[in-house]
Amino acid sequence: MYTLTNVTKTYVQSKRTITALKDVTLAIPDGQLVAIQGQTGGGKSTLLQMLGALDRPSSGEVLLADAALSALPDRKLAGLRAREIGFVFQGFNLIPTLSANENVETALAPLGLARAESRQRAAEALASVGLADRGSHLPAELSGGQQQRVAIARALVKQPRVLLADEPTGNLDEETRDEIMDLLEGMWRDRGLTLVIVTHDSAVAKRAQRRLHIKHGTVREAA
Amino acid sequence: MFATYLRRELTNRRKQSIIIAIGMALAIALVIVVNSVSAGVKDAQAAVLKSVYGVGTDITVTKPAQAPGQGTTANGPGRGRFDFGADSGDADSSTGSREVHQSRLESRPDAPVMASSALTRAKSVTGVAAAAGVLSLTNSTFDGTLPNFQQLREAREDRGGSGAAASTPAPTGGADGAGGSSFTVSSFSVLGIDPAGSDVGPLSATTLAKGRAFTKSDTGKHVAVLDTSYAKAADLALDDTITVGGTDFTIVGLVSASGSDATTASNVYVPLDVAQTLSGNAGKISTIYVTAASADDIAQVKTALEKKLPSTTVSTQADLASTVSGSLGSAGELVAGLGTWLSLIVLAAAFLIAILFTISGVTRRTREFGTLKAIGWSNRRVVGQVAGESVVQGLIGGVIGIAVGLIGILVVNLLAPTLSGTLGQNSTADAAGRLGRLGGAAGTTGAGGASAGGFGGGGAFTGAGPGGFTRQAAASTDVVLNAPVTLWVILIAVGLAVLGGLIAGAIGGWRASRLRPAAALRSVA
Repeated sequence: MYTLTNVTKTYVQSKRTITALKDVTLAIPDGQLVAIQGQTGGGKSTLLQMLGALDRPSSGEVLLADAALSALPDRKLAGLRAREIGFVFQGFNLIPTLSANENVETALAPLGLARAESRQRAAEALASVGLADRGSHLPAELSGGQQQRVAIARALVKQPRVLLADEPTGNLDEETRDEIMDLLEGMWRDRGLTLVIVTHDSAVAKRAQRRLHIKHGTVREAA
Repeated sequence: MFATYLRRELTNRRKQSIIIAIGMALAIALVIVVNSVSAGVKDAQAAVLKSVYGVGTDITVTKPAQAPGQGTTANGPGRGRFDFGADSGDADSSTGSREVHQSRLESRPDAPVMASSALTRAKSVTGVAAAAGVLSLTNSTFDGTLPNFQQLREAREDRGGSGAAASTPAPTGGADGAGGSSFTVSSFSVLGIDPAGSDVGPLSATTLAKGRAFTKSDTGKHVAVLDTSYAKAADLALDDTITVGGTDFTIVGLVSASGSDATTASNVYVPLDVAQTLSGNAGKISTIYVTAASADDIAQVKTALEKKLPSTTVSTQADLASTVSGSLGSAGELVAGLGTWLSLIVLAAAFLIAILFTISGVTRRTREFGTLKAIGWSNRRVVGQVAGESVVQGLIGGVIGIAVGLIGILVVNLLAPTLSGTLGQNSTADAAGRLGRLGGAAGTTGAGGASAGGFGGGGAFTGAGPGGFTRQAAASTDVVLNAPVTLWVILIAVGLAVLGGLIAGAIGGWRASRLRPAAALRSVA
């Protein structure tokens, strides 16, 4: 699914150059469940941004299937994100003024579906995460775990090939964490997704087929 | 999605929406009221001008007014003077006084005369559709009792001219302090106009209330048409007689200003030739009223007239509008000055509020927009969302503003303030000064009764120059302010509301477009 070749990403922060990723070469096959672990500031988020077509590398190449993410213009990247990539965030990142249903629908907005179809798909997605009866609730009226379920429904409603999760259980208690991990794992298995989870929780990482460790911008396979 | 998201944002972030909408509403309401009132003031100014200059008058031609004090050269003894000979009035030997009544008709100091050939020349100017000449006059009446100076002198001569007048029944000071004299000086304005009628000129703005208008056969006849309000004030009715310049005129008609409750240009209208003869201004006129063939030509016609008629003042309606003073003039200045500035400042403040709130909204929603970009929203969609919210907020403000503005206009129209417009230069102080001089003169005469021999055979009074108060009587016009609501004002208001929303939305959208989608990941919950 992903092929990263000699990817380096540097930032200039108050005249100092920070190297977030250093010459990373990595391949992630279709349908793999990968966990990325590492210390804060080690480059986890930067790597996720490369995979999620949110940012371009300073040098090197990132391929999603045959699409060179490192070379596409912003507009094309946005289109790619809209169709191929689902995101789940640590802070859920739901739109506070929109209901659960409407939040899920935001993911379909760029696809230009008919309103009725968009509604129906959003309702189905919510049902698939066990929130069929919560469609009209605002995020503030839902628990943390329920909010993350809505976010997962939003990520999957467009039927992407890749699901990227950035600390998806970081804001949840242990019991809810396991529920969410069960849900993600179930989705991954049922839909044949490529699932990349950034986490520093070993309990989460243990569930992955493959564990990568990132430190000082360098990626290595964990035992 | 766009509509749902927009609706949810506006209703779920109600406080911000309300503040932006109120700011915008206030500004829009102010713009509407100021716009409408200023249109009302313009209408009122036009009404004043119309009542004085008539309908369809584009340009007037006059001689420049002479400075006070220079007027004595024209008609021998000088204007504003009453001349009493030794045998003026009826002597009453028992009281040593004389009853005097004198009526004078003369041209006004603010409207000097010119030869009527100027009218012919004005008519020959290209672009002049019609022109009419009038003679603007003032009739002053002196009515009262003066000391019999002749009797006093004779008495003094009999006693050997020793001076003291102890045994002679000297005139005693009256209650008015004008020793031995008591009199009233009154005046009204008289306009000599061509009785054959004309589409242009002061009478074209009037409606006949009673009687008949002038006809061609009135030429040379002693007939008069009166302004209705003046006739009422002077207690005169149709078929009564009025003394103008010592001659009795029959009142054949009463006119009132059409369209507004303003008074007409003059108190009394008489045939031009009669006015010329009685005032000693044969072949003279004081004002020419000109209608241009096309409204676009007015400037060229003005220039042509100035060339053809040197040493005259050629004024267009626009020039004349600036001479409207009084409370109407003040209202005009207030609206034009304070009103315009206030609405501009409030408008700027409202725009600023909208912009700042939008920017702070975008900043607060960094993670929200970052998330939307991360899940595939294009920049255009995000910017459109932000701009759409701002425009709709502006529109809501605009609609409320229009409602408030219309209520404001309704209040203005219900209050219907009456504005008084005075046309011409600052003559009131001048007139007051002259009045003061008259009082002084009368006082001197009374106090110096005993030594009045110095007056010789007759007293020469410098009377009050009637110009000042006559002009007020003639050209001060009351107009009820009516603020009109035009489609244009509403369109401007809506346009401004949309503009405010667009500016705020553009700035907010620009900020949102610069957000990196990665912001969704970076900012911590």
